[in-house]
Order: sequence, then C-alpha cells, then structure tokens
Amino acid sequence: MSTANPADAATASAAAVPASPAALGADRRWVWIVVAIAALLPLLQFVMPNVISDYRLFLMSTMMIAAIAVLGLNLLTGFNGQISLGHGAFYAVGAYTAAILMDKLDLPYWTLLPIVAAVCFVVGFLFGLPALRLEGHYLALATFALALAVPQMLKYKWLEGLTGGVQGIVLLKPEAPFGLPLSEDQWLYYYCLIVTVLLFWGAWNMLRGRSGRAMMAIRDHHMAADTMGIDTARYKTVTFGISAAYTGIAGALSASAIAFVAPDSFGFFLSISLLIGLVVGGVASLPGSIIGGIFTVLVQNSAQALSNFVKNDIGLPYDLSPYSVYGILLLVLMYVMPTGIAGGVVLAWRRLRR
Amino acid sequence: MSVTRRGFVGGASAATALLSGSGMALAQKGKYDDGATDAEIKVGHTGPYSGPASAYGVIGKAIDAYFKMVNDKGGINGRKVKFVTLDDAYSPPKAVEATRQLVEQEKILCLFNTLGTANNTAIQKYMNQKKVPHLFLATGASKWGKPKDFPWTMGWQPDYHTEGVIFAKHLLANVKDAKIGVLMQNDDYGKDYYEGFREGLGKDVGKIVKHVSYEVTDPTVDSQIIQLKDSGANAFFNIATPKFAAQAIRKAADIGWKPVHYLNNVSASVAAVMKPAGFDNGQDIITAQYLKDPTDKQWDNAEDMKAWREWMAKYHPSGNPGDAFNIYGYAVAATMHKTLEQCGNELTRANLMKQAANLKKVAIPLLLPGITVNTSATDYYPIQSVRLQRFKGETWELFGDVMSNESA
Repeated sequence: MSTANPADAATASAAAVPASPAALGADRRWVWIVVAIAALLPLLQFVMPNVISDYRLFLMSTMMIAAIAVLGLNLLTGFNGQISLGHGAFYAVGAYTAAILMDKLDLPYWTLLPIVAAVCFVVGFLFGLPALRLEGHYLALATFALALAVPQMLKYKWLEGLTGGVQGIVLLKPEAPFGLPLSEDQWLYYYCLIVTVLLFWGAWNMLRGRSGRAMMAIRDHHMAADTMGIDTARYKTVTFGISAAYTGIAGALSASAIAFVAPDSFGFFLSISLLIGLVVGGVASLPGSIIGGIFTVLVQNSAQALSNFVKNDIGLPYDLSPYSVYGILLLVLMYVMPTGIAGGVVLAWRRLRR
Repeated sequence: MSVTRRGFVGGASAATALLSGSGMALAQKGKYDDGATDAEIKVGHTGPYSGPASAYGVIGKAIDAYFKMVNDKGGINGRKVKFVTLDDAYSPPKAVEATRQLVEQEKILCLFNTLGTANNTAIQKYMNQKKVPHLFLATGASKWGKPKDFPWTMGWQPDYHTEGVIFAKHLLANVKDAKIGVLMQNDDYGKDYYEGFREGLGKDVGKIVKHVSYEVTDPTVDSQIIQLKDSGANAFFNIATPKFAAQAIRKAADIGWKPVHYLNNVSASVAAVMKPAGFDNGQDIITAQYLKDPTDKQWDNAEDMKAWREWMAKYHPSGNPGDAFNIYGYAVAATMHKTLEQCGNELTRANLMKQAANLKKVAIPLLLPGITVNTSATDYYPIQSVRLQRFKGETWELFGDVMSNESA
C-alpha cells in the first residue's frame, strides 16, 4: 500500500469524484434508504433470528464504530491534506476517557460522548499546534510517534491508579433505556447508529459550508488558500481537533461495545488499519468512510476464514497468515480501484450510464 | 437482487433448522448442550496467530494436532473433537469478537486455553453471563481461580504469584544475609511475579536492595545488570522472558557478578535460554518447573516424552521439537481430554464445569514426576505445584520435594 503521498491521492480522488458531498446533495434519497434499512435491520431479528443474530448485530455495531473513526481520519487527511499515522492514539484517549469516567465517577454511558469529544478535541488541537510546523512525511512521523507512545503512557505508574495499568478496566455494557424491549446488542446497535448518523450529518454540513471549502482549499493549495484570506493555521489546528474528537467518540463507543479497555487494545496496528480503511474506502469521501469502516472489520474478521479456505478447500499448499490475505486484498484493491471503493463504484456507475 | 439473496439465506437457514430438528427426533445416547452431539464435541479456542505475540500461536497449533491424534484413535467416548481456533492477534477487542463468534455462531461446548491476561479479562464476564465453560486458560496471572465470582472460568498452570512466593521462601531459608537484586519485565507478568516474591519475603522485604525493570522493546538489559551488581546484591531474582534472561545470565558472568541466581519458570528452557547464555555461565542457577523440558536430555527415555516425540513426528511435523510451547499445548490438551472423558455421556456445560472442578490427582503426560492436576469446587487452580531445579552441566537437576502454595 502506498502511503507515500495521500495528499496526491486525495486530490486525485477529488478530481475523479468531484466533491463527494456535492454528489451526495444531488441525490440524497439513497442516504435515507440506507439509514431506514439500517434502522429496521434489528427488528428483522424477531423474524429471522439465525440470519440477524446478536453476534452479527454486534459486528455491524463495530463496523459503524470503525466508520466513525475512519471519518475522523478522513476529515484530517482526506479533506484537509494532513497525514496522520497515529489516529489510534486519539481512539485510545477517547476510549480511556469514557472508561475512566464510567469507572471512577459512575457517569452513565450516554453522558460521556460530549465530554469525550471535548477532551479529544483539546488533545487534538494541542497536537495540531506543533503539527503546523510539520508537513507531509514529517507530520506522518510525529503522529506515528504519538501512536507508539500512548499505549506506553497508559501503563505509566503515575497514571496507573486511573488507567488500571496493563490490567485495563472492565466496564458494564450499556442497557436499553426507558425499559425498551431490546437486547444489549440491539440497543448497542441503535446507539451506534444514532451516533453515526448524527456525526455523518454534522460532517456533511460542515464540509459543504464555508469551513469545509476552506479545509479543502488548504489541502489543494496551501499558499493560494492563504492568499485568499483563509486563516490556514487556525483551520488546520481546528480540523486536527475535530478529527481527533470524531475518532475519540469512536473509541468511547468501542469501550462501551467491548466493555473492556487495555493498552493492548490500542497497538500501532489500529492506526494503520484506520488508514487502510480510509484509503480503501475512499479518500475525501463520506460514503467512502462507511465503506472503509465496513472493510476494516469485515476483512480482519474473515481473513482467517479466507486463508483456511485457500489451504483446505482449494488445496493450495500455502500456509497464508491472515495478514498476508489482508495484504494481498489491499494490493489488488489499490490496483483495481486506485480511488478507493467509493471512487471505483462511482466511476463504474458513470461508465454504465454512458 | 438483495431480496432474492435474502430469500435464499432465509430458505437455507430454514432447511438447516429442519435438518437439526429431524436430528433431535432420533434417539440420543447422552445429554447435551450446544456444541455436543453423539458424533462430535466442539471446543473453541482463540490465540495470537498474528501480531506482536505470535510466538505463542504455536500452542494453538499443538492443541489442534493433539486432537487430530485423539480423533484418529477413535475420539473421546466415541465422539470426535472438533477444535475451532480463531486468531485474536493478542488484541482484547478482537478476542471479544472472536469469542462471540465461537459461542454464538459456532455454538461451541466450551472455550479452552484462550491466551493472554488482557484477552481473558475482556471475555471473562461474557463467558460467565453466557454460562459457557472458560477452561484452562493460557495465562499465569493469579486471578483465574475465583469460583465464587466467576464459576465458569478456570486457569491451568501454576500462577506467577505462587512461583514468586516459592522462590522467596527458598531464598530466605538458604541465603544468609541476603541482599536481593530483582530484574523485572515491566508488565503484568513481571508485576505478578514481583508481588508474589515480596509477599513471600514478608517482613524481610527490606532485603531487596535494588529493583530494576526493562521494557519488552529494549534491545538489551546490560545496563540493568551492571546496576544490580553495583548495588552489592548477593541474590538475584531474574523475572525476564527468554531473550532477556539469556542476556542477563551472560552479562552477569561477563562482569564477574556471581549471586545466588533465581530464574523464573518462563525462561527455564535449555535451548532458548541456557544454551545461548552459555552453559558455563549458567551453572547453579535455580529455577522452578512443572513441565518436562524437551531439550533436557534426562527425559529422553521417559515414556511420555517418547510418546510426545512420536506425536510430534506424525501429527505436528512442522512444529519445532525444541519449543516448550509444544509440550505445553500437548499437556494442556491432555487435561482437556481427561476432563471431557470424565464427563461420560453427559456433555452439558454444567457437567463439564463440574468435572473440571473434580479432577483428583490426575496424571497428565509431561508434567514433572510428582506433580498432578487437582481441583475441587472451591479450588480452581489445577496445577499448583512446582519443583525446584538447579542447572548442572548441560541439564537441569531436580532437587527437593514438590513445592506447593495452596490456594494462592
């Protein structure tokens, strides 16, 4: 996978898929259809308990969580052109903020998201300040360092009282409010769905307005944007903050879904898989973020099954590790759909309509 | 198109339901929960086949090979074992997801030997809510034997805490005017040992004159060993994983530091630690062990070791015959084998748990002579004994009796 220049990829995809938010605006019906289907899905469980099982609902919830995290990264990298290899760090900060508030202060889970968003915004904003001096690869390296440092910091002995050190914190799963007759997994699904819809709606609104155009102008040509009177420094740091807040909210949701946080959960590979989700789904594309989220969960989930299939059923004498399957899939996708799945689908659609 | 596909899936699942329904109508010879039938027992497992701890992935492969042998010999009470193992990449969220897949989609009878303290912590509550046996975990943490809070969770190996206590007691009894230096890996494993060691020292805890730690990512522990020597310590507790343990032994010899050296069980391998450290440098080091070391020549003629070697050649030829994890996997799978056998024809989850808590002096292959597996409704620690051994020449020499620390 080429992470060499996502900024290029961003502009390329922006050219190929002219401003996805605008495309969204042109034909918004399908968004409502998707949301409606998503909202009805758990109800089908009463009809087909084997197909829509609790486990599959849980899997879909984790997909939505991943989609939010990828969206957070997309706001920064896709729409603003700043590369981050360390969004796992903000994910971890969000998860731990939520876990500590639930564990130490007994706050109910639904009050947490605004607090988590604020904390992660501040952390992201502060990290965005020095990041202003860093461009391209240098920024990638700085964020990389952040991703490596955060799990170590969580183990640090001064923080151990709060974070539980290497042992982590065990949490309770959210239960349905108002005595709604929903199982834990159904409620978790709806909770994630509501948050996902709100956050995507917010991002869409932001991106089609002045600030969104400013963000993209900075990505496309920093100096020109500056000349046009955009306060580039402020936009870049604020974007960093918002991006961190989005990813942090995803982290907080995952803490609720998994009901456990530990430093091992936020290894460096988390950051990489978010970036992979971004590139595979579609850089600078809102639907792409959802596809990216689905992709990261689905492929990690089925890579092993696929490698077993290759070995046992096709009978190839290779002992492919799950991650090599992952890698091969990525290479193929990059080759076939260089603008990500979202971009590829739009291109294919256009060709068919022609 | 999506409608037709959904229709197809629905139809397929209805067909499966019919099939299993007709299966129920036939006479069965036993009582079953999910995951067990007249023909098959489904046992689930997750382990790190990828990620930072993939060296431990060997254990899952060894267990898989063990059950292949069991099935070739006719299975357990006539039932074949289907061992379903998933990759958790040593990551708790992945472990939760894989475990739910095993319990809810694969419908396993029990989860067995899941690896890693954090991963098991993440799934423990879920397993107990679902009342699915969570047996013989691959972690040395001391928190897995609490039948009151978690009646469905049981560990297996002697825990690090207990071992730390045993070392401390031996040290106090044998080293006069002890001044103790401790080298520790800075994580849950290291801390568990260290706390056990301090507890074992009791009021003599002040005899620890120096305590240094390292991170798994450090290249060497040379500077830590120099610090320990400078502290004037005459006894040394080495809580390090194989690579670092070997470095520590070699460095101590290089700088002429000759303390009474206690080495944790994690690094008791001849091939992985003592040989790279240099046999001359490792003389008289004391360690605790409960399993036979495959690279130790003294077991070459033991029956269980011969059987193990045959099994390695026939069922697990890709495995490294010097890797102690292959011994571990074989022995823990044999424990599961005995437990399932003891269940007879009543393969319910409740009975499986009852039998797991009713192992009385069960001899398991590859455990050291004198060590057996013992559990009861209140004792959820299957192996609680170790034997001390001293390095002589090119092999470990057992000395003293079996040492236990009941109900740590």
